[in-house]
Amino acid sequence: MKALKSISIAMAMTAAVVAGTVQASQLNITAWGGSTQAAQKKVYYDPFSEKTGVKIIEDSWSGGLGILRTRVQGGNTSWDVVQVEADEMILGCEEGLLEQLDWDKIGQKEDFIPGAAADCGIGAVVWSTGLVYDGKRLNEGPKTWADFWDLEKFPGKRTLRRGPKYTLEFALMADGVPGGQVYEVLSTTEGVERAFKKLDEIKDEIVWWSAGAQGPQLIASGEVTMGGIYISRAVSANQAEGTNFQVVWPGSVYAIDYFVILSGSKNKENATDFLAYATSADRQKDYPAYGNQGVTNIKANELIDPNVLKNLPTAPANQKDALALDPEFWVENIEKLTQRFNVWASR
Amino acid sequence: MHASSMTAPISYDDGVDLRAQLRRSQRRQQLLAFGLVAPLLLFLAINFITPIALILKNSVDDRAFSKAAPEVVAALKNWDHESPVPQEAVSALISDLVHAKGTPRLNAIASRLNQDVSGYRSLIMSTARRLTEPQPAATLDDLARISPMWEEAAPWKAIQRASGPVSSMHLLAALDLQHDVDGNIAKVPPEEAVFLTIFGRTFWISMIVTACCLLLGYPVAYLLCTATPRAASIMMLAVLIPFWTALLVRTSAWVVLLQREGVVNHFLQWIGVTEAPLELVFNRTGTYIALVHVLLPFMILPIYSLMKGVSVHTVRAAISLGSSPFTAFRRVYFPQTIPGVISGCLLVFVLSIGFYITPALIGGISDQMIGYFIAHFTTETANWPMGAALGGILLLITIMLLAGLGYLRGRSRTSR
Repeated sequence: MKALKSISIAMAMTAAVVAGTVQASQLNITAWGGSTQAAQKKVYYDPFSEKTGVKIIEDSWSGGLGILRTRVQGGNTSWDVVQVEADEMILGCEEGLLEQLDWDKIGQKEDFIPGAAADCGIGAVVWSTGLVYDGKRLNEGPKTWADFWDLEKFPGKRTLRRGPKYTLEFALMADGVPGGQVYEVLSTTEGVERAFKKLDEIKDEIVWWSAGAQGPQLIASGEVTMGGIYISRAVSANQAEGTNFQVVWPGSVYAIDYFVILSGSKNKENATDFLAYATSADRQKDYPAYGNQGVTNIKANELIDPNVLKNLPTAPANQKDALALDPEFWVENIEKLTQRFNVWASR
Repeated sequence: MHASSMTAPISYDDGVDLRAQLRRSQRRQQLLAFGLVAPLLLFLAINFITPIALILKNSVDDRAFSKAAPEVVAALKNWDHESPVPQEAVSALISDLVHAKGTPRLNAIASRLNQDVSGYRSLIMSTARRLTEPQPAATLDDLARISPMWEEAAPWKAIQRASGPVSSMHLLAALDLQHDVDGNIAKVPPEEAVFLTIFGRTFWISMIVTACCLLLGYPVAYLLCTATPRAASIMMLAVLIPFWTALLVRTSAWVVLLQREGVVNHFLQWIGVTEAPLELVFNRTGTYIALVHVLLPFMILPIYSLMKGVSVHTVRAAISLGSSPFTAFRRVYFPQTIPGVISGCLLVFVLSIGFYITPALIGGISDQMIGYFIAHFTTETANWPMGAALGGILLLITIMLLAGLGYLRGRSRTSR
């Protein structure tokens, strides 16, 4: 009986602790970790907490619709606001994994750059993935994706993001497909074959990264000669840690990331307030200086210092030869190509 | 029972059966003992056996699709594959998709079909995207305008296969098998086959790790037993401190040590063993090094605890009777430590076949073991039945190994 009693006391205490955490006004925000999330904390999370008294609990992830599905299906809705990629936002919306946004409370859709205002998501950042190398180690660095594939000219390992997105685009560009035709080619079975065949050439030399912070680490430690990594991380490391990462803007792929609210969030009101706050021109204008990513509010973009702008994917010079990610292509193909990629990679 | 049947029951004069009394008091003791372990049994039942049973059930349970798309399941119930797809199935599918749109049910439909035939997720999603309302009069041509794939029988057969309530699909898939178009069990095409390779890789890596642990751990255990108490306690600490350190810390430390410009490579180049840095991490070498390090205490400790009880005098006796030291070790000492060796190997092997985090952090993509794929299916793609099937097969193999080695150990004990 005593044992029973102590068990019930323990259970009551656990229940109290659980209840206690639910009651306090709070909000979980899950973003992509590292320097960009640190910048978000500085510009969005902390001032929002201060203004509203809502306690923000941070988490980080590395993308993947399956993770959102697991969270929603498993009834684990400890995540409220999540920063997701474009195809995840569209697919998640179709599957009911995301809440429909209350635009009356958030703002005017016309205030945002094209594509940033959607039913289930609001553009958080414009960001790029591209070729980066360490200027301290390579005097004469790679200039194109073909150079990235050139193991003779640039011996050593390379790093790419684990998964088909970006990887297949880069492979096709390395194989001579002009940026403007990448998605056209990739939409055919032969195009997919061509990309995987190109990847076979350097398969043994690729170290795959998953968390955004890994890319710069692998390059800086000399583990790899160059990588296709998040450009913002490289720029931030140059500013904060004195590294000399060189960014090859031509051939980089830029895309919009969205803030979304997970379906079944217990803090939907706080989440909506946060979305409105974090996408206002007044807040967004400060973000690029810390996060080294572009923003989505048109008025915020007008207020960005030219010195900061030169490192952003939204700078006209950087966008000139860059490729815009095609969310529609990835909405249609992400599942199929992820499976294909996993089988290809795990052999 | 044999002996007692020959003698009359012993009894007191008053006729009380002594044996009955004894049995009663024994039963009381047994009850008490059972009462003491009951909380543990209850704990095991709730926290260990039930979840495993639920997971195993998950690997064959196949009711999600018929719950998400009840109309088309009903409409295709009696379809015989030979005749054309019935019109009511077309309108039923459209109605199911329209109703499932914007809810997790749409994902249940798309996921289940895609698990069967890769590519059907996009078929379902793109079809649903273009549908807005139920169309009771819709024909196959209407669907074919959305995707020509609907004209074929294959997706409709897949729907029929997904109707549940149970399915062996995931268990088969975990062994690189599938049902072919006629419903027979067949191998999956080579470009899709992965899991047998990965099971093989998992066991191969585990075997190498176990062998390395034994080769490294046995002498350490012997040293621990024969060293002076002071030296032994220091050595024991050296074994135990890594054992007590968090797994993640040790694993990350290995990345730092083994990387291209890490401590190990610098040292090797400094002493002139190598000229260029060796590739020690994000490949199989790194995986072996880290796994052996992590699992070594599990080999040393059981061997040590058994060696403690083995008298060195027996070896001396053998040598004094003319045996060479090696023969004395091989024929006198080693056989006495076999139960410890088997325990150690078993522990290390079983732990390593389930290892996840160390290969995930230190291995390359082609060094991943089955644990990685179980995690991938459960947390990244929400394909829980597939994760459950892989886990179930791993469990089955592990149980068989344990039973086999348990039998071996029993034999080695009786033969001694």
